[in-house]
Amino acid sequence: MTQLSDVEVILTILGMAAVTYSLRLGGLLMGSYLPQTGKWAVAMEKLPSTVLVALIAPSVVNGGPLHWGAALITMFTALKTGNLLISMSVGVVLVGVGRAIM
Amino acid sequence: MCSGKTLEERMSLFNAFRNNGSLPVAQLRQGFQICLPVAISAASYGMVLGVLASAKGLSVGVMTSMSLLVFAGSSQFVAVDMWLDPLPVGAIIVATLVMNFRYMLICASLGEIFKGRPLLHKIFAVHMVTDENWAVTMTRKDRGNVAFLVGGGVCMMIFWQSGVTLGQVIGNVLPPPESLGLDFAFSAAFIAIVATMWKGKADILPWIIAALFAVVAELYLPGKWYVIVGALSGSAAAVILSIINFQQEAQHDTVE
Repeated sequence: MTQLSDVEVILTILGMAAVTYSLRLGGLLMGSYLPQTGKWAVAMEKLPSTVLVALIAPSVVNGGPLHWGAALITMFTALKTGNLLISMSVGVVLVGVGRAIM
Repeated sequence: MCSGKTLEERMSLFNAFRNNGSLPVAQLRQGFQICLPVAISAASYGMVLGVLASAKGLSVGVMTSMSLLVFAGSSQFVAVDMWLDPLPVGAIIVATLVMNFRYMLICASLGEIFKGRPLLHKIFAVHMVTDENWAVTMTRKDRGNVAFLVGGGVCMMIFWQSGVTLGQVIGNVLPPPESLGLDFAFSAAFIAIVATMWKGKADILPWIIAALFAVVAELYLPGKWYVIVGALSGSAAAVILSIINFQQEAQHDTVE
């Protein structure tokens, strides 16, 4: 990981910062011209959760039964407790223990 | 700095600073204090991100500059997860764009609060808008003001940043991640975050579509582009679903 070139790292962070800041300032300046309801609003509202689902889906699907089970239990714990740290630890410990047993 | 301004302009600028009769410093402090509880919870999120970042070998300097310059938690989680050698620069930036689109809506809703403010105030203050201090400001009875919003943003930034660094310090003394099942940590963290975003049954289909398209796209597309394909497909499904529901409701109304 230390082999990454500094230029690429700086470029990535500046790029992330530039798009995020543009969205913030753009939203504020365009204000009432932006649709607050309707299909674009629905799309933007759903994006954060669909990004996260898309991000994990392949690794969970390819992870086999152990990951599938741990994913379900993590989800259940999160829905029950609403706590990130607790639900995450449950999932990680399950995979750790499961791997040790198998 | 104010050399070109008339007294009247200066007075109106001064009055813009004052809100509800209290000075901006008091409003800043109030915003800071009222955001403390949500900032503490953001710090615990930050700690989780810090541990994951150190497992990926990201330095404190890189994470600190990311936290201060990007200052959008969930997109930082996504970036750290996508952090590989060679670095997928373009895919990370596009994922950040997609992830943070909602900030356009959030900031667009602040028009009333920023009304009459000079552009310079907007340029500086808008960076301090996060989900949390925005929500706290919008739910104020007086609809809040810019100083209150910025006070909350400063609170969020301090706690978020400290949480990430603390997480990295903890992460650096932990044994290698694989031995603890930490390779599943990202999946577990994202599942837990997604669960907190659950709004009801209308989410099921978009999420299934997002997962399905991501899995298929991962087979055929290079690098991390499957994330973008999955996210956009899922979001498009949500839009189609809302249009169908809207039409059904309209039909139902006419029948009645």
